[in-house]
Amino acid sequence: MSDASPPPGAEPPAAPRSCTQLFLVFTGLALQGFGGVLAVAQRELCERRRWLSAAEFLEMLAFAQVLPGPNVCNLSLAVGQRWFGLRGALAALAGMLALPLLLVLAATAWVIDQAGAAWLQDALRGMGIVAAGLIVGACLKLARPLRESPLGTLGVAGLGGATLIAIALLKLPLGAVLAGLGLPACLWAHRRLRAGRKP
Amino acid sequence: MSPDLDLPLLAALFGQALLLSLLAIGGAITVAPDLHRVMVAQQAWLDDAQFGHAIAIAQAAPGPNLLFIPVLGYQVAGLPGALAMLVGILIPSTTLALAALRLGQTHARHPALRAFKAGMAPITLGLMLATGFVLAPWGSAPGLLLAGAVALLVWRTRVHLLLLIAAGALLGVLGWV
Repeated sequence: MSDASPPPGAEPPAAPRSCTQLFLVFTGLALQGFGGVLAVAQRELCERRRWLSAAEFLEMLAFAQVLPGPNVCNLSLAVGQRWFGLRGALAALAGMLALPLLLVLAATAWVIDQAGAAWLQDALRGMGIVAAGLIVGACLKLARPLRESPLGTLGVAGLGGATLIAIALLKLPLGAVLAGLGLPACLWAHRRLRAGRKP
Repeated sequence: MSPDLDLPLLAALFGQALLLSLLAIGGAITVAPDLHRVMVAQQAWLDDAQFGHAIAIAQAAPGPNLLFIPVLGYQVAGLPGALAMLVGILIPSTTLALAALRLGQTHARHPALRAFKAGMAPITLGLMLATGFVLAPWGSAPGLLLAGAVALLVWRTRVHLLLLIAAGALLGVLGWV
């Protein structure tokens, strides 16, 4: 599946060797994903493995967020499919889910036993706080390629900020936010890209 | 949990997850209110505490948060219940995503797709930031300090993420955050 020759310099130097490796890497990153997998996925896929550039990661994430279904699963499908088609997509998804499922079911059985243990509640709270920091840190890293966005720095900041406010503060439903902000953003980007192509 | 498979119950769990799959826009957690309505309020398969446990465990345990859905199934009907709900929530959305990926691959240079990528990038980041914002411990100054320090460390250093998670658990147990 070696389609479309990549733009020189923009392509990260590495690629997964096999579906087995995809499965193992996704298992590994899922198992590090306490309180959410996105921050770990960014670290592992963009920085440690260098399979994806920050811009490619963002594109796949956008795809995963727009389509219905669990984001992280859609992201796994997109990443896996890039190199090995359907087999790769399913290998990545299976890696993301198989071992974590067994772990979480074992944890359920255990927590039911320990219900009400104060130290457990305290530890879970501390981990939740760190998870919030992890995701903000990953955002700061992913923001880099946006400096070359056809929307300009101000447009990017405005759209990102508006999305943050709409979801976190106004608690608007995601569908409304995607329609109200995402659609105009795409139309605007379309105009800018078309204008940019003309001399 | 009886040793015999309760097929009507499993089918009901499967169907419930199947129905919600395409509604899980923006993360599996967005279908939690609806699952609560059906599984706790309507069918009384679970009580409030069990429902809350499923979400807390899936958030704390490693792996995607969508795993709270099989945990709900597990609490109702054991391992078969867990698998019924996991497969149900995955089939419709996975099918759709694979179809969309194929389409995207054959039209990678299409202007509409490039506009989609450029337009959605800031929205995507905004959504991710919003998740951090919602999880942030706004009521606790030490908590905010910790979250801020973690964000800086992730941004500027290559410190291992598991180390940060472990530090968070320790600080929680010590009562500092």
